[in-house]
Order: sequence, then structure tokens, then C-alpha cells
Amino acid sequence: MSKLVQVENVYKSFGDVNAVNGVSVAIEEGQFYSLLGPSGCGKTTLLRLIAGFEQPTSGQIFIDNSSMEGIEPNFRPTNMVFQNYAIFPHLNVEENVAYGLRSKRDPSLNQNKLVDEALELVGLSGFNKRSSNALSGGQKQRVALARALILKPKVLLLDEPLSALDKKLREQMQSELRHLQRAVGITFILVTHDQEEALTMSDTVAVMFDGKVAQEASPKELYEFPTSKEVASFIGEMNFVNGNVVENKSFTVRSEIFGEIAIDKSRVFGNASNKIILGIRPEKISIIRKPSRSKAFISATIIDVSYFGETTCYKVSCGSNETLTISSQNSVDQINYSLGDKIYLKADTNNIMAFSN
Amino acid sequence: MGRSSKFLKIFAITYLIFLYAPALLLPIFSFNSSQIIAFPLSGFTTGWFEALLYQETLHEALRNSLIVATSSSIFATILGTLASRSTSRYQFPGKQVSLTFILAPLVLPEIIVGVSLLIVLIQLGLPLNLWSVVLGHTLLIMPFSILIMNSAFNNLDISLEEASLDLGETQFGTFRRVILPLVYPGIMASLLLGFTLSLDEFIIAFFLTGTETTLPVYIWSLFRFPKQLPTTMALGTILIIVSLILLSLSEYFRRRAAKTQNTVL
Repeated sequence: MSKLVQVENVYKSFGDVNAVNGVSVAIEEGQFYSLLGPSGCGKTTLLRLIAGFEQPTSGQIFIDNSSMEGIEPNFRPTNMVFQNYAIFPHLNVEENVAYGLRSKRDPSLNQNKLVDEALELVGLSGFNKRSSNALSGGQKQRVALARALILKPKVLLLDEPLSALDKKLREQMQSELRHLQRAVGITFILVTHDQEEALTMSDTVAVMFDGKVAQEASPKELYEFPTSKEVASFIGEMNFVNGNVVENKSFTVRSEIFGEIAIDKSRVFGNASNKIILGIRPEKISIIRKPSRSKAFISATIIDVSYFGETTCYKVSCGSNETLTISSQNSVDQINYSLGDKIYLKADTNNIMAFSN
Repeated sequence: MGRSSKFLKIFAITYLIFLYAPALLLPIFSFNSSQIIAFPLSGFTTGWFEALLYQETLHEALRNSLIVATSSSIFATILGTLASRSTSRYQFPGKQVSLTFILAPLVLPEIIVGVSLLIVLIQLGLPLNLWSVVLGHTLLIMPFSILIMNSAFNNLDISLEEASLDLGETQFGTFRRVILPLVYPGIMASLLLGFTLSLDEFIIAFFLTGTETTLPVYIWSLFRFPKQLPTTMALGTILIIVSLILLSLSEYFRRRAAKTQNTVL
């Protein structure tokens, strides 16, 4: 597969602020690619650089092997779905969708047919003459999609397109967007601050912090093998515990909670010095009522209970001042613990990761 | 609560009476058959209005006023639109200062503006004619135009322009297909308000007019002839009605501008 979008060592500064600070990514054709990060991490700026609304301070962007330097947005093979949809309020649905076709001024195009097809694609058949002011948020979203897809761009850019929708609709649109992307086969680049959204929709996710890409990986890899403490805490929940390396060869780490454990080299990230940080996901720790004969258990006291429906989250205190968060599936035979209960924990030590401090 | 709301009601009504009662005298006396402007009224006539039809100098003044009002409202709206677009969309050094200077005629006494313009024109050796009045009125109307257009442009979501460019349209095409239709009500409001302001303006026109007078200057000159007073009243009545219509239209467009743009999201 060829790399459709190549971002090479791109910097962008606004005055003293470096919004994008040396980013290089290569996006394959037909991918659903997400730029994920907290607000202000430069993900939207990167998207706007690809769209052509901003010019890089330095670095190059290639789309389909041609340099985008100095090329205006109206001449780029990209189309964008804006965060607030940017539906033209003075035009109806049909005129909005056909806007880009009219810009082409190509009389051979059968505009009506293309508009009908585009509306059908996004599930808005028959909405042609509807006033754009009479649309709900979800419908505006679909019009914005149809308006962009009708031009058959090489890359569709989506700037936090679902953030204005309520939870139910957002989840529905997530799966629809995914299906739409598979159906049309166009490369999608999505900007989002919602890690769940990025994980469920994308083939590849680039996590950005402070204008830099911290990690670029598949959703599963990102969750299972985060390469830094920052990524680990941004993607999902993670318990962090201080530890000391006691033996380098087998990478044995001593910590107050887990005692002495050997950590697999594939789960050691960063330059490991003597002092390191161990990480374990809340669902990789299980609660046991009575300690078994095996030694690997941790005694703890429940200090907080949050009920989420399918799971319950316990905050427990173990030992002097260490606390852990544990996520427990509420399956049929699950025992419900309450505040102050003394319990024992068993950590899946194979899933403990080590990060440099 | 009841007491204070009652007080406010009386206050509002009194205010309106003081504001509009003098203006109401004009139509009353313009239909009064006596030449003397005093109560009691002597009888009903439309004669003063008919007399307007035969005053050639009046027609000329009206024609002059229309030329001045039309030209200056168009010039001021074009300049105001450009100024407002640049200050609402772009950052440049001296932006606030230049905006303040452009808006200054709002607070400067008209007589000062009139006198200083007169001095400048004479020093430059330019003749005083309708175009010097147009110049003065453009200066006067521009702040209003800028304020109206500012609200139109500030309500305009920048992502609409970006969306248009993104969809393959050129800068000019974007202006024509997106920006203009969305700020069009603002432009209409600015034109109508500017026209009304110019039509009624006296001081600057008085200083800068040459031999061709505008309507307000002509009306002022009529006061030297007491016999003409009732016809002046009739003329005043017509002017009030025209101004009210223009202002209502302007307000209608201004509100429509706010409405179309506030429903963007």
C-alpha cells in the first residue's frame, strides 16, 4: 500500500506558541486514521495544515506524492467536515450538498443525480429541499458529510465532528462513520479528544501531546503497549506504582504493592534507570475474598466505590499510602463489595508495564 | 413591584410624548387652512401640499438631496463594508487606532466637522458643490455603516468561508456565494440608514453647499418668508413619513441579518 498523506517534519508556530512541533506521519490509502490528544496538543492545527488553511512554518506535506506547499485549500484533493458543520445557512440541503459541484463549473456533471446519491449515502434521501435551519445536529452532520463526499476527495478530514452530539447519537454516528468509510474507501483523518471514539473507529491512532506525536499505533497496540507513561494514562485508565530495579538481566522490579516481579522486556518502555514506574490496567487486577495458598496476593481496603452498570470501579488502599483502582465486571456471580471491606487482590503480573520516570 | 412598574410606565409614556409631540405638530398645521402657525385651528386644507407641486426651487433641492443621499450612502457603505471586513477578520498594527479615528465623527460636533472640511476644501482650491456635500456626508455616515457592518461580519462564522474554499470555490466566488448573501441585510440596513441620515442632515450641507442647496438647507432658507411656513410644514410632514419608512426598513434588514446568522448553529 502506498502512503497517501505524508507529513514530513512539520512545524507550525503562532507567534511564540509552537502548535505543531516536528511531526512526521505517513497515512496509508483507505485508512481510518485518528489524531488523538488533549485540547491544545496541536491536532486540529495539523489537520488544518493538511487541509491548507494554515501553512507550515517549516516541513513538507505531500498528498498523493505531490507537495502541497503554497497550494490553496480549494486546489487540494481534501475535503473537510467542520466541528460546527459550517452548513451554509442561506442555502437548503440540496444547495449545500451541490455547493462544491457548482464550484467546479462543469456542465457535464449530472448534479441532481449526484446530490441524490450523496444524500442516500448519508441516509438523508428526500431532504433535498429542506431548509438548513430546520435540521437537527445529527442531520447537519450528515449534510456536511454528503457535501464533502460528493466531491470524491482523496482524503476526508473530520475536525471533532461528533463532539457536539449527545452520547446516544454520537455512538450511532461513530458506527455509521466507520461503515461509511469502509463503503466509500476514502482515507479518513479524524481529529478527536475522545480516546474511546478514536479507539473504536480507527485503523491507526496517533496520540499527540504538546505538538508532537507521542505514539502512532493500532488501537489495540496503543492500549496494550503504550510506549510512555503519558500515553498510558491518556488511553484508558492506568494504575501507576513506584518501583526500583533490583536486577537488570531479568528486569526484576521491587515495589511496595507487588513485591519483586520480573517484567517482560516487551513491556519495558523508555530508558529504564534504577527508579521506574510500574503500570497496570484496572481490569487486570481481580478481587479475591480469601487468600489462596499462592503468595501473590495483596491485602487492601476499599475506600471508594463507583457503580457504572456493566462494571464497578473500586478504589482501594494498600499499605502505607498507595492506592489502586480496580475495575470489576458485574457478571452473574459477582460479589458486591462495599466501603471499608477488607479484600485481597490478585494482579495479573504478566500485564504489568514499566515506564521510565 | 407594582408601584415601580407603574412609575416606569408613566416615565416611558412621558418620554415618548416629549419626543414625538413636536413632530406631531407638523402634520397638524400642514393641514390647517390658516397661514399663522397657532391654535385654534381654522379649517382643513390640502392646499399647502398642492403648493409644493409648483415650487421649482424645491424640486431642485429635492433632486440635489436625492443625489447627495444616494451617493453618500453608497460610498459610505462600500467604504464601511471594506473597513469593517478588514477590522473584523484581519489583525494588523494600528487597527484599534485607525478604527477609533474612523468612528470619531460619531462624537465630533458636526459644526466642527463642517467648518474644518470647509477650510480644507478652500485651501485645496476645490469648488463647493454637491460633491463636496457628498464628501462630508460620506464621512458622517461611515461610522454608522461600520457599526452595522461590524455586527454583520462578527456574526459571520469564519468556518463558512473556510468550508467554501475547502469545497473548491475561489476567494472571489466565496465572497459572492457565501459572504455577500449573509451580510446583504447589513448592507441594505447601512444603505437605508445612510440615506436617511444624509437626507435630514443640515449643518455639514449648510457649510459645504455651493449654489445648489439640499432640502434641509432649502427649508431653512424658507423661514425668512413667513408666508411659506405652512408649505414648509407640509414638506416637513412628508420628510418625517419618508424617514420613518426608511428607518423601519433599515431596522427590518438589520434584524433579519441578526436572525439569519444566529441560526447558523
